[in-house]
Amino acid sequence: MLRFLLGRLGLLIPTFFGVTLVAFSFIRLLPGDPLDLLAGERGIDPERKAELMAQMGFDKPLWQQYIDYVIGIFQGDLGTSFASKKPVLDEFMTLFPATAELALCAIILAVCLGIPAGIFAAVKRGSIADQAIMGTALVGYSMPIFWWGLLLIIFFSGILQWTPVSGRISLLYFFPQVTGFMLIDSLLSGEKGAFLSAVRHLILPSIVLATIPLAVIARQTRSAMLEVLGEDYVRTARAKGLPPRSVIGLHALRNALIPVITTIGLQVGVLLAGAILTETIFSWPGIGKWLVDSIARRDYFVVQGGLLLIAGIIMLVNLIVDVLYGLINPRIRHT
Amino acid sequence: MTKNYGSIAYLAKIFQNRGKIRKMLVVDFPPKKRLSLRWLGLNSFAHFNDARPLLFIKGENSLMNFQKTLKATLLGASLAVIAATGASAKTLVYCSEGSPEGFDTALYTAGTTFDASSKPLYNRLVEFKRGTTEVLPGLAESWEVSEDGLEYTFNLRKGVKFHTTSFFTPTRDFNADDVVFSFERQLKKDHPWHEYTPGTAWEYFNGMSMPDLIKEIVKVDDHTVKFVLNRPEAPMIANLAMDFASVVSAEYADKLAEAGTKEQFNQQPVGTGPFSFVGYQKDAVIRYAAHPDYWNGKEKIDNLIFAITPDAAVRLQKLKAGECHVMPYPAPADIADIRSDSNLTLMEQQGLNVGYLAYNTKVAPFDKKEVRKALNHAVNKQAILDAVFQGSGQAAKNPIPPTMWSYNDAIEDDDYNPELAKEMLAAAGVENLSMKVWAMPVQRPYNPNARRMAEVIQADFAKVGVNVEIVSYEWGEYLSRSKDVDRDGAVLLGWTGDNGDPDNFLAVLLGCDGVGGSNRAQWCNDDFEALIQKAKTVTDKAERTDLYEQAQAVFKEEAPWATIAHSVVFMPMSSKVTGYVMDPLGGHWFDGVDIAE
Repeated sequence: MLRFLLGRLGLLIPTFFGVTLVAFSFIRLLPGDPLDLLAGERGIDPERKAELMAQMGFDKPLWQQYIDYVIGIFQGDLGTSFASKKPVLDEFMTLFPATAELALCAIILAVCLGIPAGIFAAVKRGSIADQAIMGTALVGYSMPIFWWGLLLIIFFSGILQWTPVSGRISLLYFFPQVTGFMLIDSLLSGEKGAFLSAVRHLILPSIVLATIPLAVIARQTRSAMLEVLGEDYVRTARAKGLPPRSVIGLHALRNALIPVITTIGLQVGVLLAGAILTETIFSWPGIGKWLVDSIARRDYFVVQGGLLLIAGIIMLVNLIVDVLYGLINPRIRHT
Repeated sequence: MTKNYGSIAYLAKIFQNRGKIRKMLVVDFPPKKRLSLRWLGLNSFAHFNDARPLLFIKGENSLMNFQKTLKATLLGASLAVIAATGASAKTLVYCSEGSPEGFDTALYTAGTTFDASSKPLYNRLVEFKRGTTEVLPGLAESWEVSEDGLEYTFNLRKGVKFHTTSFFTPTRDFNADDVVFSFERQLKKDHPWHEYTPGTAWEYFNGMSMPDLIKEIVKVDDHTVKFVLNRPEAPMIANLAMDFASVVSAEYADKLAEAGTKEQFNQQPVGTGPFSFVGYQKDAVIRYAAHPDYWNGKEKIDNLIFAITPDAAVRLQKLKAGECHVMPYPAPADIADIRSDSNLTLMEQQGLNVGYLAYNTKVAPFDKKEVRKALNHAVNKQAILDAVFQGSGQAAKNPIPPTMWSYNDAIEDDDYNPELAKEMLAAAGVENLSMKVWAMPVQRPYNPNARRMAEVIQADFAKVGVNVEIVSYEWGEYLSRSKDVDRDGAVLLGWTGDNGDPDNFLAVLLGCDGVGGSNRAQWCNDDFEALIQKAKTVTDKAERTDLYEQAQAVFKEEAPWATIAHSVVFMPMSSKVTGYVMDPLGGHWFDGVDIAE
């Protein structure tokens, strides 16, 4: 197991350098620079611009900027945001909990609904219920997030007024951020109604963000289950006279879950991508919107640092998935 | 609400310094057992359904302990702390369109940042009269300009208080040191605050050519400051009403420098403005509280909240659901819906802007004014207003908007007349002309859809036998390439006024200095230049008006641009909101605003 883990960790090193290089070069390949955008229609004097570029170290050759940047990373310095003048890492730490909270709620929702729906559809293969579930999943998978989010807001917040339109918690509550997770902080604050308010604000964005992963997980679970249900050991289990619940829940599900877990791991990337749109619609103060705004501003250090941190998180989740995979299926850790 | 915030803050400070409590509460008891409270230390407020005060005491959460401490200190200091009144706190929520980059206004150039920083938090020596571009006394009660126009002496207002916040308690009133500090840090490269945080640029100050203009800033006495200029500049007073000229606290700066936390200056601001800073949760919420000792009187609303909501459709839903009271920048498609909603009021105002098509007057055949004039006759402005502005625009005939003083209404616009245009082109000897029209990739107040506008122009020009190719670049690239003197093609661009002075349009956009820069027509006309240069040096407004009117006549005759449109800006708000006045300069101000219960 240790060798397996070390092997997986070793793979992270080239990936890490790859990500830094891609993030560093892509933002610089984009035309335009932060100073032209800052000055807008007024324009900036070329001499003044050169002076400011030098002040920020952008006059050095690119390779040197890259080396400085990588050295900075090892010293825990991801640079400073051009817009806010704050360290990139600080900004990330302030905003990431909001994205993480939303993504966690969405993935929990997607797993809790997607796996049972997939199992049900597989067991009742070909029935109307199966077709309805798979049809809905296809619709969910194809749903344009922006349109879907606005539709839910107009219906549930606008017409029915069941949920708040946007934000993380009612403006009436204002307490210090301890963990950055609003559900936890609202409980810690001890203020009456705060937790409920946070939950109400999470409902719609979680549904919107969970829609695509939910559809993917349901479809994946169904096909994995179908494959496993046709295996000999399932037939054997049935023949032993085990009740259907044990056959499906114990023998079939455990094996069917392996590809499903991989899928869930891969959905983390999808969630973070979906978070960009979901965060914009629901005015959710997370990293998705932060990155998009920074690309528009050519805030080089934020884009580089943000991408690196997100890539780091995705790599970490994939590592966890690999380890889980190994735990569930011993064949993998020995190959 | 608290009656004497200053003394409470002072007391809280004593408590904190002695380590007795972490946070202190100031409570009031509105009707129906709802308790709203503000605690200092975090300076926040909250609502509860029961009337039990929430008390925080360092180390333990004991009511008795707190009361003991409070009693002892109160007796000792003999200060009246908590003033309870019957009225509940009034909170106005503004669904702002984006996050501020920071709170030290002079570092930035974006209107969104100004709305959140300079407008609620700071004052300037002079202020724009709300709803106009007229300049009124602000932190300066009066001023004198020397005969030669080179010295501006400001007599400062006395007794102006800076905000007392959880992070700073001022020990003195506003004075000349603050004014000198606010400007010198931007002006002098060797000033200890010139580069106080990474990437400090002072871009507005530089963009307005202030470093060339200001020779020195002299403190005459505690309440008199003199600006000495290198050359006469009539718009100087209007410049000092702009956001970058906001006056910050020199005492607060000293305190931060001493503590080695200069970067806080941009994150926890202190000003003299109508609202003080309470807190900012990045990309989510900004909170302000009315400044109790504001020199112009305390505001009617007690709390001001910016709920950051980037999407226009979502802002409207929040407004309708009562989650906010005022929203900027509605989507044009929603205007009709907003008008029909009886719970909402829709304010509108002509923006102080102009959208134009700038020919390159240095490149043939556009160096001939006959060709430019002919093309101007080929542009169907009404079709553009219908297709691009959807009713929220007005055809432009001058390079300055009609709301600006010195607008020359006597000028006749080039009417839409394709036949005449064809004849004029033929007379100028131009046949089978092919040209490029540049379309901006972004939406701006003066041009909501440049690509669509370019398409309409393309169709109009085709009717007079001119073949148009539409080109576009990424925004930063567009701004930079369009400055090239030998640029190929006519550029769609525009301008939003900074200070309400005609010089800010005519000199910046059409002056000879702007060739190769902000003068996208690369147009340098001696008559026009002589008029605008003279207008810079004259302080008499009537005389300046006359000069600018003549300059507009020259402009129309020479046609370096096709002037296209001035846009109308809409501002939807709850009908409970009273006293809101729209700013022609595009800012959003909340002083003087009230909400009906």
